[in-house]
Amino acid sequence: MAIRWGSYKVKGLHDELIRVSGRPRPAARALCDYLRALKDKDIEEYRAAAETAIHVMGITFTVYSEEEGSIDRAWPFDIIPRIIDRSEWQQVEAGLRQRVQALNLFIDDLYHKQQIVRDEVFPEALLKDSKNFRPQCVGIDPPHGVWAHICGSDLVRDSDGTIYVLEDNLRVPSGVSYMLENRQIMKRVFPELFENYNILPVDDYPSQLYDMLASLAPRGIEQPEIVVLTPGIYNSAYFEHAYLAQQMGAELVEGSDLVVDKHNMVYMRTIEGLSQVDVIYRRIDDLFLDPEAFAPDSMLGVPGLMRAWKAGNVALANAPGAGVADDKVVYSYVPEIIRYYLNEEPLIDNVPTYRCFNKTERDYVIQNIAKLVVKPANESGGYGMLIGPQATQEERDKFVNLIRRDPRNYIAQPLLTLSTAPTLVGNRAEPRHLDLRPFILSGEKTYVTTGGLTRVALRKGSTVVNSSQGGGSKDTWIVDMESGQ
Amino acid sequence: MMLSRVANNIYWAARYIERAENTARLINVNSHLLLDLPRRIRLGWEPIIEILGNDALFYQRHDTADERQVIRFMVSEQANPGSIVNSLRQARENARTIRDIIPREAWEQINQNYLHAREHASSSLGRRKRDDFLRSIILGAQSVTGMLAGTMTHDEGYDFLRMGRNLERADMTTRIVDVRSASLLPEMSEDLSPFENIQWVSVLKSLTAYQMYRREMRIRVRRPDVLRFLLQERRFPRAFYHATCEVENCLQHLPHNEKPLKILTRLQKKVLSAKLEQLQQEELHGFVDVLQLDLARLHNEIRASYF
Repeated sequence: MAIRWGSYKVKGLHDELIRVSGRPRPAARALCDYLRALKDKDIEEYRAAAETAIHVMGITFTVYSEEEGSIDRAWPFDIIPRIIDRSEWQQVEAGLRQRVQALNLFIDDLYHKQQIVRDEVFPEALLKDSKNFRPQCVGIDPPHGVWAHICGSDLVRDSDGTIYVLEDNLRVPSGVSYMLENRQIMKRVFPELFENYNILPVDDYPSQLYDMLASLAPRGIEQPEIVVLTPGIYNSAYFEHAYLAQQMGAELVEGSDLVVDKHNMVYMRTIEGLSQVDVIYRRIDDLFLDPEAFAPDSMLGVPGLMRAWKAGNVALANAPGAGVADDKVVYSYVPEIIRYYLNEEPLIDNVPTYRCFNKTERDYVIQNIAKLVVKPANESGGYGMLIGPQATQEERDKFVNLIRRDPRNYIAQPLLTLSTAPTLVGNRAEPRHLDLRPFILSGEKTYVTTGGLTRVALRKGSTVVNSSQGGGSKDTWIVDMESGQ
Repeated sequence: MMLSRVANNIYWAARYIERAENTARLINVNSHLLLDLPRRIRLGWEPIIEILGNDALFYQRHDTADERQVIRFMVSEQANPGSIVNSLRQARENARTIRDIIPREAWEQINQNYLHAREHASSSLGRRKRDDFLRSIILGAQSVTGMLAGTMTHDEGYDFLRMGRNLERADMTTRIVDVRSASLLPEMSEDLSPFENIQWVSVLKSLTAYQMYRREMRIRVRRPDVLRFLLQERRFPRAFYHATCEVENCLQHLPHNEKPLKILTRLQKKVLSAKLEQLQQEELHGFVDVLQLDLARLHNEIRASYF
């Protein structure tokens, strides 16, 4: 049985490619025709070709196991792309720019006058309880007033077709290397599709990242020394750290490679001696960055790095303390934050969010927990959350207790029916839920990736898309329908 | 610009690969020696442990140095950091952190070498399959060397790789020569002299040096000539002097090389001026010790200058 769109069931779903059974959306028509013409044998071949490409290109993510140390797993990839029409994407892109601009103004304000708190738009109590507010950062002026230089915002689409922002990752978002590699795989496997479609390229990201980082360099020199700071090979995103360093032509360094001298300058140890560093793209969490300023027993960090950053001798991206806005309770305020700083209406909506620290909303959450998704404010990767409709009564009771004990730490949202896209299961296509993580770069200028990383829940009915929990990914095509196919 | 940590990791990856290869060669030479010698003078496997400087560790864990225990110790024993399996594992762990520096195929071969050794280590215990196993270890190491020579940019990283390999090789060549000096009594009695040459042949063969010796020296296998070939020959790649010349060549490409070069030049002078034919077994053993200490000094200086 090859792919038959007539028997592809999308009732009650919003599918990214298929409008109703048998009817592809305009931007997906050529792709769907192409796939329908494939025989089982062809599908088999394409899938094998993709797997070979993944193996040969060495695209892996790391899973740590006690027995074997760290293991590189091949990246799980689905060969049917997800397609978004360019005109829709342009609106999303504008919305993301607006959002990140407002978030950066918000962070900068929190570390200076805290006007938004004085004006009682953002509650002081929330700021006091914030786990990611860093008093060490108060009064610092990073270049261009930007704190969150690299942001990965997760977008989802509900069954009525509306796109929402689900969360903003402002600490050390990962995944962009897979976005780039997914496109390389598709070009190898389906070169003929690229001839028929006007697919906007994504390959520009490493040079945009380099330009953004270079725009932060404190010394006015032609070629600033830019490094990527990684926790090391046992980190699950090590592949990405090495990949981005290589693509930018930057050094990939570990904490022990860097040293801060008594003049608060940062150097790396090279075979020729010490060499000054201007910009650090750090992929280490705030608290491990500098044992002098934060966790004293951190082996990953660089003693004195905060001193050097405060003195303005080195730029850190993202800036320490940017995570204050990466918190699911703060998230619920983003629409207010946009209105407050930009005097504009948000172009992309938030998922409706109940804040458990507010008594009325908390009571609603506790009464309706069976219908809601409950999330802790500071976890990522899909950990520590409750999906009410799928949970047992015991699990729900446990969360009611957790919420009562620490209301500041929880939010709740209605369970969205995430949109789907056709995904290969055997040699047939079945709908699987997915999300989208675009990346937004902010420095002197702002840049939004063309599309982003589409993550897909490979298990039937599941909405958990994280690669550590059985998620896979797809190439994301922004296609220009107007300038002709 | 090369990070010190990266240089250090490349250097050690190369040393560990070379160490695994030469440990295989060392086991090989002793296996063959034992077959050639008459029973009454066989010294067994004990000298091997001493030559590698592992006797203390070995006797903590074993009572007697019999063939099976020594082989297991040298090939796969977890507690021996210098075993073939552990050397290859450490080579892999070092190479893993420099995957962006070495070509992908070379990384895959290094990974494969470890997995292969771990899986087949037990086949080295019996004599019948031992040769095959040791040969596969040597071949695996040679493949990595070949791939790197053929596909890696010959930049500073490659210099550190070659330095690691050649320092380790120089060291191990002296140890393999030492097997011979340790495995015979100082005074060779008349009736044993026929075996003398056979044993030097097996030393040469273990270093894949027999054929080259023949071509180069154009004489029968004699102790002084073998020593001259293995220690002083400029053109044979496993000879001690050749290996030091390789290191010298690498150092010349690197910044602030004065101190390590000074130690190296002194070492080269020492080995070239040695009157090898006059060295009796005891003295040869002492001379080998001196060379090994100088290599250690050179290593320390490289570490101080670059890592």
